Amino acid sequence: MTYSYYPGCTLKTKAKGLDRFGRLSAEALGVQLEEIENWQCCGAVYPQASDEIATKLSAIRALDAAKGKGQKLLTLCSACHHVIKRVNHDMQTDANLRQKANNYLQLETPYLGEAEVVHYLEMLRDEVGFDNLRKAVKNPLKGVKIAAYYGCLLLRPSGVMAFDDPECPRIIEDFVTAIGATPVIYSQRNECCGGYMALEDKPAAQKRVDAILKSAKDAGAELIITACPLCMYNLDANATANVLPVKYFTELLYQALGLEGKEGE
Amino acid sequence: MAANVTTEDILRISGVNPRKCMKCGKCSGTCPAYDEMEYHPHQFVYMVERGQIDKLMQSKSIYRCLTCFACLERCPRNVEPAKLIEAVRLAVIRQQGMNHMTENDIPALLDDKLPQQAIVSAMRKYKK
Ligand code: SF4
Ligand code: SF4
Ligand code: SF4
Ligand code: SF4
Repeated sequence: MTYSYYPGCTLKTKAKGLDRFGRLSAEALGVQLEEIENWQCCGAVYPQASDEIATKLSAIRALDAAKGKGQKLLTLCSACHHVIKRVNHDMQTDANLRQKANNYLQLETPYLGEAEVVHYLEMLRDEVGFDNLRKAVKNPLKGVKIAAYYGCLLLRPSGVMAFDDPECPRIIEDFVTAIGATPVIYSQRNECCGGYMALEDKPAAQKRVDAILKSAKDAGAELIITACPLCMYNLDANATANVLPVKYFTELLYQALGLEGKEGE
Repeated sequence: MAANVTTEDILRISGVNPRKCMKCGKCSGTCPAYDEMEYHPHQFVYMVERGQIDKLMQSKSIYRCLTCFACLERCPRNVEPAKLIEAVRLAVIRQQGMNHMTENDIPALLDDKLPQQAIVSAMRKYKK
Protein backbone atom coordinates (compact mmCIF):
# COMPACT_ATOMS: atom_id res chain seq x y z
CA MET A 1 0.00 0.00 0.00
CA THR A 2 1.08 3.59 -0.63
CA TYR A 3 0.65 6.21 2.09
CA SER A 4 0.90 9.99 2.04
CA TYR A 5 3.70 10.58 4.50
CA TYR A 6 3.87 13.60 6.80
CA PRO A 7 7.36 13.70 8.36
CA GLY A 8 7.08 16.99 10.27
CA CYS A 9 9.79 19.55 10.89
CA THR A 10 11.66 17.81 13.70
CA LEU A 11 12.18 14.68 11.60
CA LYS A 12 13.92 16.87 9.04
CA THR A 13 16.34 18.23 11.63
CA LYS A 14 17.06 16.86 15.10
CA ALA A 15 15.21 13.59 14.64
CA LYS A 16 16.53 12.54 11.23
CA GLY A 17 17.09 9.01 12.51
CA LEU A 18 13.43 8.50 13.36
CA ASP A 19 12.60 9.43 9.77
CA ARG A 20 15.41 7.66 7.90
CA PHE A 21 15.11 4.33 9.73
CA GLY A 22 11.35 4.54 9.33
CA ARG A 23 11.52 5.09 5.57
CA LEU A 24 14.11 2.39 4.91
CA SER A 25 12.25 -0.14 7.03
CA ALA A 26 8.93 0.62 5.36
CA GLU A 27 10.52 0.11 1.97
CA ALA A 28 11.94 -3.23 3.07
CA LEU A 29 8.47 -4.24 4.25
CA GLY A 30 6.90 -3.32 0.91
CA VAL A 31 5.13 -0.19 2.17
CA GLN A 32 5.45 2.95 0.02
CA LEU A 33 5.71 6.31 1.74
CA GLU A 34 5.14 9.31 -0.53
CA GLU A 35 6.08 12.51 1.21
CA ILE A 36 3.34 15.13 1.00
CA GLU A 37 4.47 18.08 -1.13
CA ASN A 38 4.93 21.43 0.55
CA TRP A 39 3.70 20.27 3.93
CA GLN A 40 3.92 22.84 6.70
CA CYS A 41 4.69 22.38 10.37
CA CYS A 42 1.60 21.26 12.22
CA GLY A 43 2.40 23.48 15.22
CA ALA A 44 3.33 20.63 17.59
CA VAL A 45 0.56 21.22 20.11
CA TYR A 46 -3.11 20.71 19.41
CA PRO A 47 -5.04 23.98 19.80
CA GLN A 48 -7.63 23.06 22.44
CA ALA A 49 -9.68 26.25 22.43
CA SER A 50 -12.98 26.03 20.58
CA ASP A 51 -12.32 29.34 18.77
CA GLU A 52 -8.94 28.42 17.24
CA ILE A 53 -9.10 28.20 13.44
CA ALA A 54 -5.87 29.50 11.85
CA THR A 55 -3.68 27.24 13.99
CA LYS A 56 -5.38 24.18 12.49
CA LEU A 57 -4.97 25.08 8.82
CA SER A 58 -1.58 23.50 8.16
CA ALA A 59 -2.87 20.14 9.39
CA ILE A 60 -5.97 20.51 7.21
CA ARG A 61 -3.82 21.25 4.13
CA ALA A 62 -1.86 18.04 4.71
CA LEU A 63 -5.07 16.07 5.23
CA ASP A 64 -6.54 17.46 2.03
CA ALA A 65 -3.40 16.53 0.10
CA ALA A 66 -3.74 12.91 1.27
CA LYS A 67 -7.42 12.92 0.39
CA GLY A 68 -6.57 14.23 -3.10
CA LYS A 69 -4.33 11.23 -3.70
CA GLY A 70 -6.82 8.81 -2.22
CA GLN A 71 -4.24 7.76 0.33
CA LYS A 72 -4.12 7.41 4.08
CA LEU A 73 -1.96 9.98 5.83
CA LEU A 74 0.89 8.34 7.72
CA THR A 75 2.68 10.03 10.61
CA LEU A 76 5.70 9.04 12.64
CA CYS A 77 6.28 11.79 15.23
CA SER A 78 3.86 11.36 18.17
CA ALA A 79 3.17 15.08 18.28
CA CYS A 80 2.37 15.41 14.57
CA HIS A 81 0.16 12.36 14.85
CA HIS A 82 -1.70 13.85 17.78
CA VAL A 83 -2.28 17.23 16.14
CA ILE A 84 -3.28 15.92 12.71
CA LYS A 85 -5.53 13.17 14.04
CA ARG A 86 -7.37 15.55 16.36
CA VAL A 87 -7.76 18.29 13.77
CA ASN A 88 -9.19 15.69 11.40
CA HIS A 89 -11.64 14.63 14.08
CA ASP A 90 -12.64 18.27 14.53
CA MET A 91 -13.22 18.57 10.78
CA GLN A 92 -15.53 15.56 10.99
CA THR A 93 -17.47 16.75 14.02
CA ASP A 94 -17.30 20.56 14.34
CA ALA A 95 -19.47 22.29 11.74
CA ASN A 96 -18.25 25.74 12.74
CA LEU A 97 -14.58 24.87 12.16
CA ARG A 98 -15.46 23.04 8.95
CA GLN A 99 -17.19 26.09 7.54
CA LYS A 100 -14.60 28.65 8.61
CA ALA A 101 -11.59 26.58 7.60
CA ASN A 102 -13.07 25.84 4.18
CA ASN A 103 -14.03 29.48 3.65
CA TYR A 104 -10.46 30.37 4.31
CA LEU A 105 -8.77 27.62 2.31
CA GLN A 106 -11.03 27.83 -0.80
CA LEU A 107 -10.19 24.29 -1.93
CA GLU A 108 -11.67 22.90 -5.12
CA THR A 109 -13.88 20.66 -3.04
CA PRO A 110 -14.33 21.40 0.66
CA TYR A 111 -12.40 19.19 3.07
CA LEU A 112 -14.80 17.41 5.41
CA GLY A 113 -12.49 15.08 7.30
CA GLU A 114 -12.38 12.33 4.66
CA ALA A 115 -8.71 11.34 5.06
CA GLU A 116 -7.65 8.64 7.48
CA VAL A 117 -4.70 9.31 9.79
CA VAL A 118 -2.50 6.34 10.61
CA HIS A 119 0.55 6.22 12.83
CA TYR A 120 3.53 4.17 11.64
CA LEU A 121 3.01 1.72 14.51
CA GLU A 122 -0.64 1.26 13.50
CA MET A 123 0.54 0.58 9.95
CA LEU A 124 2.89 -2.11 11.31
CA ARG A 125 0.11 -3.65 13.38
CA ASP A 126 -2.79 -3.37 10.96
CA GLU A 127 -1.30 -3.52 7.50
CA VAL A 128 1.98 -5.42 7.76
CA GLY A 129 0.80 -7.36 10.83
CA PHE A 130 3.11 -8.22 13.73
CA ASP A 131 3.12 -11.90 12.71
CA ASN A 132 4.43 -11.01 9.27
CA LEU A 133 6.88 -8.58 10.80
CA ARG A 134 8.22 -11.39 12.97
CA LYS A 135 8.76 -13.47 9.84
CA ALA A 136 10.58 -10.59 8.12
CA VAL A 137 13.02 -10.15 11.02
CA LYS A 138 16.56 -11.27 10.14
CA ASN A 139 18.38 -10.16 13.29
CA PRO A 140 16.06 -10.80 16.22
CA LEU A 141 17.10 -8.68 19.19
CA LYS A 142 17.11 -11.74 21.43
CA GLY A 143 17.17 -11.25 25.15
CA VAL A 144 17.18 -7.45 25.11
CA LYS A 145 14.78 -6.10 27.72
CA ILE A 146 13.03 -3.08 26.27
CA ALA A 147 10.77 -0.55 27.95
CA ALA A 148 8.20 0.92 25.56
CA TYR A 149 7.62 4.56 26.40
CA TYR A 150 4.25 5.83 25.16
CA GLY A 151 4.14 9.23 26.80
CA CYS A 152 0.90 11.13 26.37
CA LEU A 153 0.20 12.14 22.84
CA LEU A 154 -0.31 8.80 21.14
CA LEU A 155 -2.85 7.62 23.69
CA ARG A 156 -4.84 10.60 24.97
CA PRO A 157 -7.61 11.57 24.68
CA SER A 158 -8.43 7.96 23.89
CA GLY A 159 -11.89 8.79 22.50
CA VAL A 160 -10.27 10.64 19.60
CA MET A 161 -6.84 9.02 19.31
CA ALA A 162 -8.24 5.44 19.42
CA PHE A 163 -4.64 4.24 19.35
CA ASP A 164 -4.76 1.63 22.07
CA ASP A 165 -6.07 1.11 25.61
CA PRO A 166 -4.97 4.42 27.22
CA GLU A 167 -4.07 2.86 30.58
CA CYS A 168 -2.87 -0.55 29.47
CA PRO A 169 -1.54 -0.22 25.93
CA ARG A 170 0.28 -3.07 24.19
CA ILE A 171 1.05 -2.02 20.62
CA ILE A 172 4.69 -1.07 21.30
CA GLU A 173 5.18 -4.15 23.49
CA ASP A 174 3.81 -6.28 20.64
CA PHE A 175 6.25 -4.55 18.33
CA VAL A 176 9.10 -5.32 20.73
CA THR A 177 8.07 -8.99 20.81
CA ALA A 178 7.83 -9.09 17.01
CA ILE A 179 11.45 -7.95 16.62
CA GLY A 180 12.53 -10.72 18.97
CA ALA A 181 13.20 -8.67 22.11
CA THR A 182 11.49 -8.85 25.51
CA PRO A 183 9.06 -6.09 26.51
CA VAL A 184 9.18 -4.76 30.06
CA ILE A 185 5.96 -3.44 31.59
CA TYR A 186 6.36 -0.52 34.02
CA SER A 187 3.92 1.89 35.58
CA GLN A 188 5.23 5.17 34.15
CA ARG A 189 5.08 4.18 30.50
CA ASN A 190 2.07 6.40 29.79
CA GLU A 191 2.94 9.34 32.05
CA CYS A 192 4.36 12.61 30.70
CA CYS A 193 8.11 13.18 30.25
CA GLY A 194 7.80 16.89 30.98
CA GLY A 195 7.40 17.86 27.34
CA TYR A 196 8.20 21.47 26.46
CA MET A 197 8.74 22.31 30.16
CA ALA A 198 12.34 21.34 29.34
CA LEU A 199 12.69 24.92 28.12
CA GLU A 200 11.32 26.90 31.02
CA ASP A 201 11.88 24.63 33.99
CA LYS A 202 14.53 22.01 33.48
CA PRO A 203 14.32 20.64 37.05
CA ALA A 204 10.59 19.91 36.54
CA ALA A 205 11.38 17.92 33.40
CA GLN A 206 14.25 16.16 35.18
CA LYS A 207 11.90 15.09 37.95
CA ARG A 208 9.47 13.54 35.48
CA VAL A 209 12.24 11.80 33.56
CA ASP A 210 13.76 10.40 36.73
CA ALA A 211 10.42 8.89 37.76
CA ILE A 212 9.98 7.29 34.32
CA LEU A 213 13.50 5.90 34.09
CA LYS A 214 13.43 4.62 37.67
CA SER A 215 10.16 2.82 37.01
CA ALA A 216 11.58 1.27 33.81
CA LYS A 217 14.87 0.29 35.42
CA ASP A 218 13.19 -1.24 38.45
CA ALA A 219 11.24 -3.44 36.07
CA GLY A 220 14.52 -4.62 34.52
CA ALA A 221 14.71 -2.54 31.34
CA GLU A 222 18.04 -2.19 29.54
CA LEU A 223 16.78 0.15 26.87
CA ILE A 224 13.85 2.50 26.42
CA ILE A 225 12.19 3.32 23.09
CA THR A 226 9.94 6.14 21.89
CA ALA A 227 8.27 7.60 18.80
CA CYS A 228 8.53 11.22 19.92
CA PRO A 229 11.54 13.54 19.42
CA LEU A 230 10.70 15.55 22.53
CA CYS A 231 10.38 12.43 24.68
CA MET A 232 13.71 11.32 23.20
CA TYR A 233 15.29 14.61 24.19
CA ASN A 234 13.93 14.57 27.72
CA LEU A 235 14.71 10.92 28.41
CA ASP A 236 18.24 11.50 27.18
CA ALA A 237 19.26 15.05 28.05
CA ASN A 238 17.23 15.42 31.24
CA ALA A 239 18.16 12.11 32.83
CA THR A 240 19.90 12.62 36.18
CA ALA A 241 20.03 9.84 38.81
CA ASN A 242 18.75 7.08 36.54
CA VAL A 243 20.10 6.65 33.04
CA LEU A 244 19.03 4.26 30.27
CA PRO A 245 19.94 4.22 26.58
CA VAL A 246 17.08 5.75 24.54
CA LYS A 247 16.30 4.86 20.94
CA TYR A 248 13.62 5.52 18.37
CA PHE A 249 11.57 2.41 17.70
CA THR A 250 12.35 2.73 13.98
CA GLU A 251 16.05 2.28 14.63
CA LEU A 252 15.44 -1.09 16.28
CA LEU A 253 13.10 -2.06 13.47
CA TYR A 254 15.81 -1.22 10.98
CA GLN A 255 18.37 -3.31 12.88
CA ALA A 256 16.00 -6.24 13.29
CA LEU A 257 15.20 -6.24 9.58
CA GLY A 258 18.92 -6.64 8.92
CA LEU A 259 19.21 -3.39 7.00
CA GLU A 260 22.24 -2.08 8.84
CA GLY A 261 25.25 -1.55 6.62
CA LYS A 262 23.22 -2.32 3.50
CA GLU A 263 23.07 1.21 2.13
CA GLY A 264 26.00 3.43 1.29
CA GLU A 265 25.96 6.02 4.05
CA MET B 1 -4.56 42.95 34.45
CA ALA B 2 -6.80 45.33 32.59
CA ALA B 3 -9.01 42.95 30.66
CA ASN B 4 -12.29 42.03 32.25
CA VAL B 5 -12.49 38.34 31.59
CA THR B 6 -15.62 36.61 32.84
CA THR B 7 -16.58 33.03 33.63
CA GLU B 8 -18.68 33.09 30.46
CA ASP B 9 -15.64 34.04 28.35
CA ILE B 10 -13.64 31.14 29.72
CA LEU B 11 -16.49 28.69 29.27
CA ARG B 12 -16.99 29.84 25.69
CA ILE B 13 -13.29 29.58 24.77
CA SER B 14 -12.87 26.21 26.49
CA GLY B 15 -16.20 24.59 25.76
CA VAL B 16 -16.11 23.16 29.32
CA ASN B 17 -19.04 22.80 31.72
CA PRO B 18 -17.57 23.01 35.26
CA ARG B 19 -20.93 22.06 36.82
CA LYS B 20 -20.32 18.46 35.80
CA CYS B 21 -17.45 18.30 38.32
CA MET B 22 -18.11 16.13 41.39
CA LYS B 23 -14.93 17.34 43.14
CA CYS B 24 -13.32 13.93 43.36
CA GLY B 25 -9.84 15.42 42.87
CA LYS B 26 -8.72 12.72 40.47
CA CYS B 27 -7.50 15.31 37.95
CA SER B 28 -5.15 16.87 40.47
CA GLY B 29 -4.13 13.47 41.82
CA THR B 30 -2.90 12.40 38.39
CA CYS B 31 -1.39 15.73 37.28
CA PRO B 32 2.38 15.46 36.66
CA ALA B 33 2.76 19.23 37.20
CA TYR B 34 0.89 19.23 40.53
CA ASP B 35 3.90 20.24 42.66
CA GLU B 36 4.73 23.11 40.33
CA MET B 37 1.23 24.60 40.44
CA GLU B 38 -0.19 27.14 42.86
CA TYR B 39 -3.74 26.29 41.73
CA HIS B 40 -4.32 22.67 40.77
CA PRO B 41 -6.57 21.31 38.01
CA HIS B 42 -9.62 20.75 40.26
CA GLN B 43 -9.19 24.29 41.64
CA PHE B 44 -9.28 25.71 38.12
CA VAL B 45 -12.65 24.01 37.73
CA TYR B 46 -14.29 25.56 40.76
CA MET B 47 -12.50 28.89 40.58
CA VAL B 48 -13.67 29.41 37.01
CA GLU B 49 -17.20 28.50 38.10
CA ARG B 50 -17.02 31.04 40.93
CA GLY B 51 -15.67 33.77 38.69
CA GLN B 52 -12.21 33.96 40.28
CA ILE B 53 -10.68 34.41 36.84
CA ASP B 54 -8.29 37.24 37.78
CA LYS B 55 -6.53 35.12 40.38
CA LEU B 56 -6.03 32.35 37.84
CA MET B 57 -4.86 34.79 35.16
CA GLN B 58 -2.23 36.20 37.50
CA SER B 59 -0.97 32.80 38.61
CA LYS B 60 2.08 31.12 37.10
CA SER B 61 0.07 27.89 37.23
CA ILE B 62 -1.26 28.60 33.75
CA TYR B 63 2.24 28.11 32.36
CA ARG B 64 2.92 24.90 34.25
CA CYS B 65 0.41 22.63 32.56
CA LEU B 66 2.25 20.14 30.30
CA THR B 67 -0.82 19.46 28.18
CA CYS B 68 -0.37 15.77 28.85
CA PHE B 69 -4.16 15.20 28.88
CA ALA B 70 -3.99 12.94 31.94
CA CYS B 71 -6.61 15.00 33.81
CA LEU B 72 -8.81 15.03 30.76
CA GLU B 73 -8.54 11.28 30.15
CA ARG B 74 -8.97 10.25 33.77
CA CYS B 75 -11.78 12.55 34.90
CA PRO B 76 -14.78 10.32 35.62
CA ARG B 77 -17.16 13.14 34.62
CA ASN B 78 -15.45 14.21 31.41
CA VAL B 79 -14.96 17.78 32.65
CA GLU B 80 -11.66 18.26 30.77
CA PRO B 81 -9.79 20.57 33.19
CA ALA B 82 -6.86 20.98 30.75
CA LYS B 83 -9.14 22.93 28.44
CA LEU B 84 -9.94 25.42 31.21
CA ILE B 85 -6.26 25.97 31.93
CA GLU B 86 -5.66 26.51 28.22
CA ALA B 87 -8.55 28.99 28.02
CA VAL B 88 -7.28 31.06 30.97
CA ARG B 89 -3.80 31.12 29.50
CA LEU B 90 -5.18 32.24 26.15
CA ALA B 91 -7.20 34.97 27.88
CA VAL B 92 -3.86 36.29 29.15
CA ILE B 93 -1.58 35.93 26.13
CA ARG B 94 -4.19 37.17 23.66
CA GLN B 95 -3.90 40.58 25.32
CA GLN B 96 -1.51 43.19 23.95
CA GLY B 97 2.02 42.76 25.28
CA MET B 98 1.24 39.74 27.45
CA ASN B 99 3.41 37.09 25.78
CA HIS B 100 4.99 34.79 28.33
CA MET B 101 7.96 34.01 26.09
CA THR B 102 9.00 35.12 22.60
CA GLU B 103 11.56 34.13 19.95
CA ASN B 104 14.05 36.49 21.61
CA ASP B 105 14.09 34.33 24.73
CA ILE B 106 14.86 31.13 22.83
CA PRO B 107 18.61 31.43 22.00
CA ALA B 108 19.51 31.52 25.70
CA LEU B 109 17.53 28.31 26.28
CA LEU B 110 18.94 26.28 23.40
CA ASP B 111 21.26 23.33 23.57
CA ASP B 112 22.36 21.35 20.55
CA LYS B 113 20.04 18.42 21.11
CA LEU B 114 16.85 20.38 21.75
CA PRO B 115 14.28 19.42 19.09
CA GLN B 116 12.36 22.05 17.08
CA GLN B 117 9.22 20.51 18.51
CA ALA B 118 10.01 21.97 21.95
CA ILE B 119 10.45 25.47 20.56
CA VAL B 120 7.39 25.29 18.32
CA SER B 121 5.37 24.02 21.30
CA ALA B 122 6.57 26.81 23.56
CA MET B 123 5.73 29.47 20.97
CA ARG B 124 2.23 28.02 20.61
CA LYS B 125 1.77 27.91 24.35
CA TYR B 126 3.38 31.15 25.42
CA LYS B 127 2.77 33.75 22.74
CA LYS B 128 0.24 35.12 20.31
S1 SF4 C 1 4.69 18.17 15.70
FE1 SF4 C 1 6.67 18.73 15.79
S2 SF4 C 1 7.75 17.68 14.41
FE2 SF4 C 1 5.67 17.52 13.99
S3 SF4 C 1 5.50 19.15 12.43
FE3 SF4 C 1 4.89 19.81 14.29
S4 SF4 C 1 6.53 20.78 15.26
FE4 SF4 C 1 7.18 19.67 13.63
S1 SF4 D 1 5.62 12.67 27.24
FE1 SF4 D 1 5.82 14.77 26.70
S2 SF4 D 1 6.90 14.94 24.82
FE2 SF4 D 1 6.30 12.92 25.21
S3 SF4 D 1 4.36 12.76 24.34
FE3 SF4 D 1 3.93 13.42 26.37
S4 SF4 D 1 3.91 15.58 26.26
FE4 SF4 D 1 4.87 14.85 24.46
S1 SF4 E 1 -11.45 14.63 38.00
FE1 SF4 E 1 -13.18 15.63 37.03
S2 SF4 E 1 -14.86 15.39 38.44
FE2 SF4 E 1 -12.98 14.96 39.56
S3 SF4 E 1 -12.40 16.93 40.47
FE3 SF4 E 1 -11.36 16.78 38.53
S4 SF4 E 1 -12.71 17.80 37.11
FE4 SF4 E 1 -13.91 17.33 38.90
S1 SF4 F 1 -3.01 18.40 31.13
FE1 SF4 F 1 -2.02 19.86 32.47
S2 SF4 F 1 -3.36 20.02 34.21
FE2 SF4 F 1 -3.95 18.20 33.13
S3 SF4 F 1 -2.83 16.57 34.13
FE3 SF4 F 1 -1.59 17.26 32.42
S4 SF4 F 1 -0.23 18.81 33.24
FE4 SF4 F 1 -1.87 18.49 34.71
